[in-house]
Amino acid sequence: MRSNRSLFMALLAAIVLILAGLLAPAWLQFLVTMSAANGLAVLGIVVLMRGGGATFGQGMFFALGAYAAALVPTWFGIQDAVLRIVIGTLVAGLIGALFAPLLVRYRGIFFAMLTLALSMVLFGLLSKSSLLGGSDGISIAKPTVLGMSLQSGNAEYVLYCLTVVVSVVAGWLVSVYWNSAAGLMALAVRGNPLRVEYLGASARRSLGTSFVICALLGGTSGAITAQALGHVEPNFSNWTTSGELVFVAVLAGYRRVPAVFAASLLLEIVRSFSNLYFPNTWQLALGVFMLLVIMFRPEGLGSLWPVAARRQVDPGTAVPSPTEGQP
Amino acid sequence: MNMPLLSARGLMKRFGAVVAADNICIDIPAGQRLSVIGSNGAGKTTFVNMVTGYLKPDAGRIVLDDHDITRLSHQAIAGMGICRSFQIPMLCLELTALENLLVAVAAAEGRQSLWQAADRPAARDRAVALLEKFQLQSYAGRPVMQLAGGVRKLLDIAMALARRPKLLLLDEPTSGVSADEKFPTMERVMAAMQDEAVTILFVEHDMEIVSNFSERVIAFYSGRVIADGSPTEVMANPDVRSYVTGGAK
Amino acid sequence: MDAVAYASWLFIVSLGMTLVFGVLKILNMAHGSIYAIGAYAAATAVALAVSLGLPPAFSLVAMLLSAVAVAVTVGPLLERGLLARYYGRDEVVLLLVTYALFLMLEDVTKLVWGVNPYYVSEPAQLFGNVLFAGMRIGGYDLFLVGLAAVCGLITWYVLNRTTSGKIVLAVIHNPEMSASMGVNIQRVYVVAFTVGVFLAALGGAFTAPMISVQPGLSVSVIIISFAVVIIGGLGSIQGAAVGALVVGAARSLAVHLMPEIELFSIYLVMAAVLIFRPEGLFQSVKARLI
Repeated sequence: MRSNRSLFMALLAAIVLILAGLLAPAWLQFLVTMSAANGLAVLGIVVLMRGGGATFGQGMFFALGAYAAALVPTWFGIQDAVLRIVIGTLVAGLIGALFAPLLVRYRGIFFAMLTLALSMVLFGLLSKSSLLGGSDGISIAKPTVLGMSLQSGNAEYVLYCLTVVVSVVAGWLVSVYWNSAAGLMALAVRGNPLRVEYLGASARRSLGTSFVICALLGGTSGAITAQALGHVEPNFSNWTTSGELVFVAVLAGYRRVPAVFAASLLLEIVRSFSNLYFPNTWQLALGVFMLLVIMFRPEGLGSLWPVAARRQVDPGTAVPSPTEGQP
Repeated sequence: MNMPLLSARGLMKRFGAVVAADNICIDIPAGQRLSVIGSNGAGKTTFVNMVTGYLKPDAGRIVLDDHDITRLSHQAIAGMGICRSFQIPMLCLELTALENLLVAVAAAEGRQSLWQAADRPAARDRAVALLEKFQLQSYAGRPVMQLAGGVRKLLDIAMALARRPKLLLLDEPTSGVSADEKFPTMERVMAAMQDEAVTILFVEHDMEIVSNFSERVIAFYSGRVIADGSPTEVMANPDVRSYVTGGAK
Repeated sequence: MDAVAYASWLFIVSLGMTLVFGVLKILNMAHGSIYAIGAYAAATAVALAVSLGLPPAFSLVAMLLSAVAVAVTVGPLLERGLLARYYGRDEVVLLLVTYALFLMLEDVTKLVWGVNPYYVSEPAQLFGNVLFAGMRIGGYDLFLVGLAAVCGLITWYVLNRTTSGKIVLAVIHNPEMSASMGVNIQRVYVVAFTVGVFLAALGGAFTAPMISVQPGLSVSVIIISFAVVIIGGLGSIQGAAVGALVVGAARSLAVHLMPEIELFSIYLVMAAVLIFRPEGLFQSVKARLI
């Protein structure tokens, strides 16, 4: 059964990564931790885009998860990293579920703009709220993991292992979802939502499911990042943060879960180099790369949207319209 | 007393100055094979759109098996047993033929599982069975965007059948099909329907298809029904000859 | 008054974006970047004018010319050279293409103009302050209001009263019909996009005297332009005007009543409009609902 095979692969990947981590220096462990955490947020975007919604507001759930993980130590005295991650995930998922009925009435750029607006509302709230640290953000007390406190020697490794486990579990669950009836329905909603409705199913419910999964993953990502960095700030909810995640999503495409994490890792590596060697041209490189991907590798590395069907029109009267004419 | 499966009463619809439906009253008994004819703009598509819930009539009622479906959404109406195919097939182009049918089968279930595989045996068997009904099994693994128009039309109809609807509306099932392919296509469609207890209404322009495959014909003109009866009666009707068939046989 | 000046600035900047959306159906995420380029170009132009010993009043002309220069070089290049290659794809794809463009232009401006801030003070000093009804109003503010009004009127006039304008309106409403009637759609697209670029650059140019021109300008501008055009209605000129006024008023109110909410009050209004009336105040484009 496909599910068993993917579970086996997931377990294998987790074991390999955990063992390999023992050999890696702390900076590399940190790099992989951050890229896996980002990868989770990107995975959320990919799930949503595969289901018919384009989001420029993933930062909102990232920030929600991060701030939740940052506040529970001070408000409720929760020191355990795993618990903080769970809470961060649930908070983001809950907010996502609250907004989902609203958002699923839209598609295309309006959906994207609404997610962007909501994330910027949160950004404004967080920036101005002295209770929540204002524009400086909040620092987080070091977590304990399953009872043990983190010494400076093993802190990165423990967080690395935790992140690997969470990422592998999340990735496996997403792949199960993608193979499921609901997952296939999501693809159909992306391609032809009207048809889905004429078949008696709810395109909105499918999009809502995709959106909540996206929110949950964003929250997980934020909560892990908060622990790894030891700090959260309002910029997590800024549209530019969301934009970076969208870039990785475009790069990765929606065909394979591992591609998402690979793309995220690639970006982290390039980002580290760019800060040292080409700080003023790396966004240029990102932009160019993104354009190339959109143009040439719509499959696997980047096809997240339906390609407009070529209209059978005599070239003499063909209208080069910029976007698909949708009713 | 035999209640009709579908009963439309007093349907009215205007688009600005254009009258698309003018007091349409039609009863469709269960199991009937009927066709709807009329020139473009006569109101056939408006009628189909109102029955499937895409348009709401300005006045009048539509009743399916005792339920008033006039104000229901197209999604709800599909759920209640009225499914349709489209003049230009509405398919998910990047998915394969089989996947499209799996979507239709999944849609027929109330809630889709987030866990169980889309192609688990029960669903897959039903999807393959539908493909076989229309002799499309060889296309199962091909992405729809690679398939020819005629194949897509059949696929579109197969998808509409997935829910085992009570009433199936086919919008110009042979349009876009070459002249010598029309009959075989329609025969394939009707053969596929044989074991399904479904009432079929199809919109058609080709009068030979109409005479050969329907037992009842309803002719539209200017939003009104101008003839309703057996194919021979309707074809002989002088109004139909002037407004619809244009004197052709 | 401050609100009106702010609204005028917003209008000039957003007019270009709404025009581009109306004609090409593209929501241009790089619009803010072009605004920034306009500001930098104006700074360069004014510095050039000063170094050539030209009178201070000429600095205004220099700014206008710089905006024109940006438009004619950047406009057709971007539209034909880049965007046109993605025509026919989903609107979200084009949004992402403009996002990629935004990323690229961020660095291009840094490469051309460096990361240090530029200051353009000469034009603002020209106008001094005006005493009106007991209030002290910045002369430059008044100038901006005038400029916005001129832009709006010219755009309205060209679209509604000239033949070319009516052709553009036809393309906005029905590109296929226009094409089949012989309209050169490609040319309309290039021209419309170039005008959009010009307006963005103009906005940037004439804002330069009020701010320090440095990296990061584009990021804040793009968001607020989105808010304006969404509120006013994508593709509508009057919408851009009303949207600008609404946003200007919201910001003013927030600044005076509750400064903490200044930042997010605008996005809240944008979200509210998207929720309750997604077509904006002046319906021009139907929002995509499932």
